[in-house]
Amino acid sequence: MPLKKHHILSAILIIVLSNTLFSQNIRVCKTCDIKTLQGGINAAQEHDTIIIEKGTYKEIDVLVNKPLTIIGKDYPVIDGEMKGEIITITADSVTVDGLFIKNVGTSYTSDYAAIRLKRVENFVIKNLVLEKLFFGIYVEKSNNGKVFHNKIIGDAEEEYNSGNGIQLWYSNNIEIEHNFVQRVRDGIYLEFSDNCIIKNNVSSHNVRYGLHFMFSNDDIYQDNLFEKNGAGVAVMFSKKIKMYNNIFRENWGTASYGLLLKEINDAEIMYNTFEENTIGINTEGSNRIKYIHNNFINNGWAIKVLGACYTNTFTGNNFLYNSFDMAYNSKVNDNEFDGNYWSEYTGYDLDKNGFGDVPYRPVKLFSYIVNRTPETIILLRSLFIDIIDFSEKVSPVFTPDNLLDNNPKIKRITW
Amino acid sequence: MFKILKYSFFDLMRSRWSYVYFAFYLLLGIVLLFLNNDLSKAVITLMNVIIILVPLIGTIFGVMYYYNSKEFTELLLAQPLKRSSIFLGQYLGVAISLSMSLILGLGIPFVFYGLFMSNAIWDFSLLLITGVFLTLIFTALAFNIALSNENKIKGFGYAILMWLFLAVIYDGLFLMSLLFFEDYPLDKLSLIGTVLNPVDLSRTLILLKLDISALLGYTGAVFKQFFGTNFGLIVSFTMLIVWVALPVLRIAKKSKKKDF
Amino acid sequence: MVSVQDLHKKFGKNKVLTGLDLEIGEGGIFAVLGPNGSGKTTLIKSILGMVIPDKGTISIHGKSIKKDSNYRKQIDYLPQIANFPSNLKVKELITMIKDLRGNSTNEASLIELFKLEPFIDKKLGQLSGGTKQKVNILLTFMFDSPLVILDEPTTGLDPIALIRLKDLIKAEKAKGKTVLITSHIMSFVEEISDEIVFLLEGKIYFKGTIPALKTQTNQPDLEHAIASILTTNHV
Repeated sequence: MPLKKHHILSAILIIVLSNTLFSQNIRVCKTCDIKTLQGGINAAQEHDTIIIEKGTYKEIDVLVNKPLTIIGKDYPVIDGEMKGEIITITADSVTVDGLFIKNVGTSYTSDYAAIRLKRVENFVIKNLVLEKLFFGIYVEKSNNGKVFHNKIIGDAEEEYNSGNGIQLWYSNNIEIEHNFVQRVRDGIYLEFSDNCIIKNNVSSHNVRYGLHFMFSNDDIYQDNLFEKNGAGVAVMFSKKIKMYNNIFRENWGTASYGLLLKEINDAEIMYNTFEENTIGINTEGSNRIKYIHNNFINNGWAIKVLGACYTNTFTGNNFLYNSFDMAYNSKVNDNEFDGNYWSEYTGYDLDKNGFGDVPYRPVKLFSYIVNRTPETIILLRSLFIDIIDFSEKVSPVFTPDNLLDNNPKIKRITW
Repeated sequence: MFKILKYSFFDLMRSRWSYVYFAFYLLLGIVLLFLNNDLSKAVITLMNVIIILVPLIGTIFGVMYYYNSKEFTELLLAQPLKRSSIFLGQYLGVAISLSMSLILGLGIPFVFYGLFMSNAIWDFSLLLITGVFLTLIFTALAFNIALSNENKIKGFGYAILMWLFLAVIYDGLFLMSLLFFEDYPLDKLSLIGTVLNPVDLSRTLILLKLDISALLGYTGAVFKQFFGTNFGLIVSFTMLIVWVALPVLRIAKKSKKKDF
Repeated sequence: MVSVQDLHKKFGKNKVLTGLDLEIGEGGIFAVLGPNGSGKTTLIKSILGMVIPDKGTISIHGKSIKKDSNYRKQIDYLPQIANFPSNLKVKELITMIKDLRGNSTNEASLIELFKLEPFIDKKLGQLSGGTKQKVNILLTFMFDSPLVILDEPTTGLDPIALIRLKDLIKAEKAKGKTVLITSHIMSFVEEISDEIVFLLEGKIYFKGTIPALKTQTNQPDLEHAIASILTTNHV
């Protein structure tokens, strides 16, 4: 019996070793036996590593159908010549590392991607450079993967004929870190994707959104920079999204926001900086959201509240030199403002407790007027406007009279 | 003209009021910068001061100087000098000495604060340039009013009324007309309305720096072209120059026909 | 020297000059007289170019004064009210006027004559009315122009200064200059002037020597002669 046991053990060992220790390295290069990436994949055994040497490989519809590690050496170029999708991964445990993929075909009927992951687990996509793309990294019904250190540079100009940089669709537990995405439609797009972490990315100059959530719950995004996008981040129809420590900057334009919230509940927005956006946060039909310790600096509107928004709390935020701190389009207010710092606050603090003795009223009459007739924005900061704002402040007629910060901070809040 | 300018300028530079004006700006600059310690906030407060106070002071000084130096003007008129050069010289003397008080009064505290190492230098320079323009414009308007009114009290009254109108009332009427015609496209109307008032024009010019994000939020294509590009800056400055030129030309014209 | 033709001027509805003609020859002292509102000052200011006539021409040395402001180099003018920029010092004012007009010939002797040395470094705002008038006279006479126009030159002067002024005017005459004077002090006029120009209702009523005026009005002295003109024309 002990002998037989030994045999089984050694059999297992052989299987394991053949898979790992004895897994092969396959070289692909212009002067090698194997001259194409697809050729390398075809020749490989499961868990082999394919090393692609420097060079240009004109290939499309490359299919990765077994667990492999594909590594580019000195950024070999995979050129799709605008013909269609370039790499499709249908096997679990695939790693793609260090390729320069360009010229993905554009189509109005199929969403061609530079790399597509289809119903797979445990993938790693890293160190890729994507240029001239339609969709970049398209993760479809795949879970537990990592997408990091990729650089995606598109040339999108219109929404209708461009794709997204990184797209998750019905994919959970994905980590997206340290990517650099610009000039695509949505930098990063999540649809029906839960429990994902999006961290340390830079998403800029995108035609639509820097980051976009649709019907996705329990996701976290933090330490990202969203700059000069159509809108920084849009969170729509999603629950329990955590937004920490991001920077939203210079998202300028008619319908441009640092952050757009639409029909979302129970989110946390903390330690973010909204700087020089047309609208810092535009929130519509969103409830039970905590806004804590955010900086709103030099925005046109720091926060614009539209439609029914209930039980939101704004605490310990800094509102600095925004043209308007708040805009409300209704007379009803069910949101709480407490202990924020407002640079426009002109009250005093006689008891020296750090809080102003007179409440601050963040919604001005002029903000109401501009909502109604946008062209009146040209009168911003005129003496006449200051006078009517003052009279509205004394006796509110057009703006919600309970919309007050009863404990406005005297000094800018630090954390 | 330059001789007259020189004498008017030195005369004013020695007057108590120039020092008061200078001291006021110096104090304002110091309070804003060193007690407040917040450059962005200081720039916003300064904008309000420049938009409202600079025109007022320009108006008052202009009218006052004209009436007070009436006899001196008559002395000059008997000299072999061109009339236009007498009045333009006096006008420039007032305008330049006021501008100097403004630039030095605000400039000195800002320089000590370390302006040259700060990014706010452009915002600040823009503020000063607009302030100088407003001084030139309102002093010229004041001279016009004084030239047309022999009666000192009347002239003073009209001048203050003009300031009140351009600084406050105009915007009220402007706002009302925008609200009244809100169903029509208002892009052009609002830009024209702005350009026709030097106070609004200067305010917009400064807003292009301070509140650009808000201004860009608005839809109209005309707006976008105006605010989103250098076009707005160029048009604004051109209009400011026109606003200086027109009243100055009228001073020259009016002074040729006036009896003393 | 000065030739005025068909001069019209009205201020609003008030017609001040209505077709005035006047010829003033080279040399001599001419007193322009007339009741209040008769147009004396308007005439003088028209000659100086400070009032723009509605109609008519004025020429000096045969040249119309309309276009060119340089003819004023030939005129020394003493304005009625001497009010100078109060922040300037006397010295600076003198320098300034010299700067504007060109070099002066005899400022030093004039300063001496009117005893102005103690005030030379004072600001004009600090001077008394009489001293200001002295400065005013100084500024007028320090240039050597062929035509001298004096508007109420005696205002505020003390007797000594008055004597000095008369001497000064006579000296100018001796140089062959033309002097135009307006004054309310008839004794002063009588003493100093060669000819009278009497204005009434915007026109020249009389022009000639004082004896001629006395003969015409049949009055023993100038004061009464003037008074008689006024009563015959106004009552």
